[in-house]
Amino acid sequence: MSKIIETLRYADSHEWVKLEGDIATVGITDYAQHALGSIVYVDMPEVGDEVTAGEEFGAVESVKAASDLISPVSGEVVEINEALEDSPELVNEDAFENWIMKVKVNDPAEIEGLLDAAAYAKICEE
Amino acid sequence: MKYYDKLIFELSRPGRKGYELPNNNFGNDAFSKLPSDLMREVPAELPEVSELDVVRHYTNLSMKNFGVDTGFYPLGSCTMKYNPKINEEVAQIPEFTAIHPLQDEKSVQGALELYYNLQKALANIAGLYEFTLNPYAGAHGELTGLMVMKSYHLANGDTKRTKVIVPNSAHGTNPASAMVAGLEVVEVKSKPNGSIDVEDLRPLLDDTVAGIMMTNPNTLGMFETEIMEIAKLVHEAGGLLYYDGANLNPLLGKVRPGDMGFDIMHINLHKTFSTPHGGGGPGSGPVGVTERLAKFLPNPKVKKNEDGTFSIVTSDDSLGSISTFLGNFGVMMRAYAYILTLGKENIRNVGPLATLNANYIKESLKDDYLLPIEGVCKHEFVFDGLKDKSTHVTTLNVAKRLLDYGFHAPTIYFPLLFHESMMIEPTETESLETLNEFIDVMHKVAAEARETPEKVIEAPLTTLVRKLDETGAAKNPVLTYRHLQAENAKGAAE
Amino acid sequence: MSNKYMPHTEEDIRVMLDKIGVNTIDDLYSDVPQEVIYKEEYDIPSAMSEIELRRHFEELGKKNQRLTVFAGGGVYDHYSPSTVAHLLQRSEFYTAYTPYQPEISQGTLQYIFEYQSIISELTGMEATNASMYDGATATAEAMFMMVASAKKKNRVLLSATIADRVINVVKTYGKFHGVEVTVIPEKDGITDFDAVKEELTKGDVAGLIVPTPNKYGIIEDFSGYAETLHAVKAYLCVNADPSTLAVLRTPAEWGADVACGDGQSLGMPLNFGGPYLGYISCAKGMLRKMPGRVVGATKDADGKRSFVLTLQAREQHIRREKATSNICSNQSLMALYATIYVALMGKQGMREVNIKSCDGAHYLYDALLATGKFQPLFPGKPFLKEFVMTTDLDIKALNERLLENGIMGGLDLGDGKISFAVTEKRTKEEIDNLISLILA
Repeated sequence: MSKIIETLRYADSHEWVKLEGDIATVGITDYAQHALGSIVYVDMPEVGDEVTAGEEFGAVESVKAASDLISPVSGEVVEINEALEDSPELVNEDAFENWIMKVKVNDPAEIEGLLDAAAYAKICEE
Repeated sequence: MKYYDKLIFELSRPGRKGYELPNNNFGNDAFSKLPSDLMREVPAELPEVSELDVVRHYTNLSMKNFGVDTGFYPLGSCTMKYNPKINEEVAQIPEFTAIHPLQDEKSVQGALELYYNLQKALANIAGLYEFTLNPYAGAHGELTGLMVMKSYHLANGDTKRTKVIVPNSAHGTNPASAMVAGLEVVEVKSKPNGSIDVEDLRPLLDDTVAGIMMTNPNTLGMFETEIMEIAKLVHEAGGLLYYDGANLNPLLGKVRPGDMGFDIMHINLHKTFSTPHGGGGPGSGPVGVTERLAKFLPNPKVKKNEDGTFSIVTSDDSLGSISTFLGNFGVMMRAYAYILTLGKENIRNVGPLATLNANYIKESLKDDYLLPIEGVCKHEFVFDGLKDKSTHVTTLNVAKRLLDYGFHAPTIYFPLLFHESMMIEPTETESLETLNEFIDVMHKVAAEARETPEKVIEAPLTTLVRKLDETGAAKNPVLTYRHLQAENAKGAAE
Repeated sequence: MSNKYMPHTEEDIRVMLDKIGVNTIDDLYSDVPQEVIYKEEYDIPSAMSEIELRRHFEELGKKNQRLTVFAGGGVYDHYSPSTVAHLLQRSEFYTAYTPYQPEISQGTLQYIFEYQSIISELTGMEATNASMYDGATATAEAMFMMVASAKKKNRVLLSATIADRVINVVKTYGKFHGVEVTVIPEKDGITDFDAVKEELTKGDVAGLIVPTPNKYGIIEDFSGYAETLHAVKAYLCVNADPSTLAVLRTPAEWGADVACGDGQSLGMPLNFGGPYLGYISCAKGMLRKMPGRVVGATKDADGKRSFVLTLQAREQHIRREKATSNICSNQSLMALYATIYVALMGKQGMREVNIKSCDGAHYLYDALLATGKFQPLFPGKPFLKEFVMTTDLDIKALNERLLENGIMGGLDLGDGKISFAVTEKRTKEEIDNLISLILA
């Protein structure tokens, strides 16, 4: 059974979001890292890039699969997790601790449209 | 043989060489007068080795390989038939290998005649009007064929037709080719037996459909019995039918794709027409079309003139060029030799005997391996792993264990319709004795899985190298000798 | 039904049919609609024995003419040591499939690793893939690579000094995939850098592709190109003849992000246009956008160094709805050819090939000038083994006369322009003979 954190919001494409002020921290869920297996590379955006909710902002690769990262929020990338450049396997170790990017969001209310933990848990069960 | 593990770079010694050139007697020192700022600053670190070093090195490397000449290669969907030696010989005739592609047409009539005759022979075998031999591989043929499809609709002003229907059981290359050709992919479902679900297809056929890509027999080796209905529906909707020639072998001598209603197809000369796979190319992926589509075939084309001579021509209706010249000509020579060797008499037997071999293996092994679809297959079939699922021995384990017994593995985990797919294609060139040896070993592996599963799970045990660290390779790509040296230096420092 | 490639005796067939539980082979096709069963005779010749087949090919071959080649156009008549062709006949190499089972494919995997290393040394780039079909398709895929890397930009600039045949293929790929290709005009036989800068101001440019040497044989100077492109987050791709990179400034030294080209110049037979190979090399940052197959070094369960196909997740068969390339098999055996060729020629030989070709080409150039009938099209521009002259002579008639004498003359570029190429295979005597035939 994959870990799901109560206080976070989720996208059905298996990203999680944590909003603090107008800064959203984004990562992939434990369920997603489990499904992918050993992650060998995380393709991250650059600081300053504009991301749009529902659009691709990068990709994660395991030995046999690659999966697009879909941004759950819109705004400007203000920080990326550089530790993942050399150690992508951190995502496997703890997907919630090892976030991928931080975004200064255009509209904090956007996050209300995302799934809560209970709704996301349901998706994972299907 | 002792394990040989050197790289060519590791044999290098400064000052050693493996060639001789005549003396330079031009006496103009032109090279030394070239502007220095256009010259390379740091020399390339290329090997410095003697001729014998090179000969032994690559001979040793060849011995670490498994080819059709080494043993049985039942790799599904790849048609690993025997590669006749006479084909290799005639393809080396200097009058062919030493001619420049831009020579005057008058001086390459033999090559153009061969291209033209092969094109004609393929058209007859496929039941289509004309072929281009320019595409370099099966995937390149798919791309070219889809470009023909798109060109046809655009020429009709039918700009809405951007969707290509692809069965969810298709070769992965099909949707990729469609994407590269700038078309959208729509999936059509397969029925449990792997054939296209006509009821699922029907509603997809609107005026945005450019065509459908399919192979017949399908990726499970089963003939699409409703092909005539599918062809009718797609044509009525204004779409075209593309035939993926990867599975053409069982139809050779029995059925022509054109007669089933296909408008466009590619042939893999390196599958059906016995040219070597070369460890991943060079292949050749000729594309054939019906008469109404012929004008869209890529430039350049070879035309036969009224006086019996041959010319290289281009046309404005063409989709454009997809190759520098006329494709992998050397591969065409081998395929042409194969067709002439078999002749119209023997080519009839290729498909039937390939089908006979596949069905024989299937019936002989279905006691130990799970056959998800009963009935007669064509040139290949799929098992869904071992029948006894309690052993936890997977398809991967069985495949690796086969290597220990001197056989190449089948295609595994494809098609995606089953979890433990194991796709077996014996081809017509294998004898009953070889098939029986394979069947015996497959039974033996099944018995091992029951009795000593750990042995099978650990396989391969006797190959030159054992299970490889693929995760490490992908996480920390070491792709050149320079990377390797850096890794070694890092290791030494630690 | 038996034949030398189909070993089935009547008895074998009976045994197999019995096991399957059908009476005839035709029963195996009972699921095929009768109307599509092909009952006619194929319109191809009757079976030939080896003796007849060999004779047939020899007869066909007689309709081709082997010539002393003084033309290039992207295909060069370089010398290849006898050893290369011999080793290529090892059937463990040529009868193998793509190395999907690494435990029994270390031969193929290792030579591809060596090939990647050699091409990376020549281009100076970080990494190289396992090969592409030819130089033109490699250039088209390099275009897609730049578009995929430069987010949200969809236009690629292509210098008009790239060979026309390459430009044609790149345009076809661009047209179908939906990438806009803008051809940058040439000025005095080289890329017009000012025109490049002007296009960059219009925006949407993912990258620029330039050639070395170019279609006229000129070695262009790309100083400042990479800086200018990188300043607007666009990429530089250099299409280079790999043989010349043993001596010429490399794509990496020009600051390129991608290098591509045709491997034919690495000793490959002329082969009437193929098989050759295409190559793509790239800088580290673009590695994951590189199409095709890549081999990496790793270790096996016993810690032994070994090789495996890697970075496969990028490949189209997994991420199929996002594919920008569909390449699977490529020109693996030709990659082996290039590897063995470069191993034999080595560090010294690769230099010597270029020096001798260059000296020979200049010897011909000077001799043509001395006839008084030829003028350089681009005076003073540096060239290595290929150059273009203008002449008032009837080029068609001249080449006819040369053909009668077993010579392939320069390529007729139209408007009195003729392009010559000289490799290390051409002797002083052959060049002197060419000149005397021109003067005759």
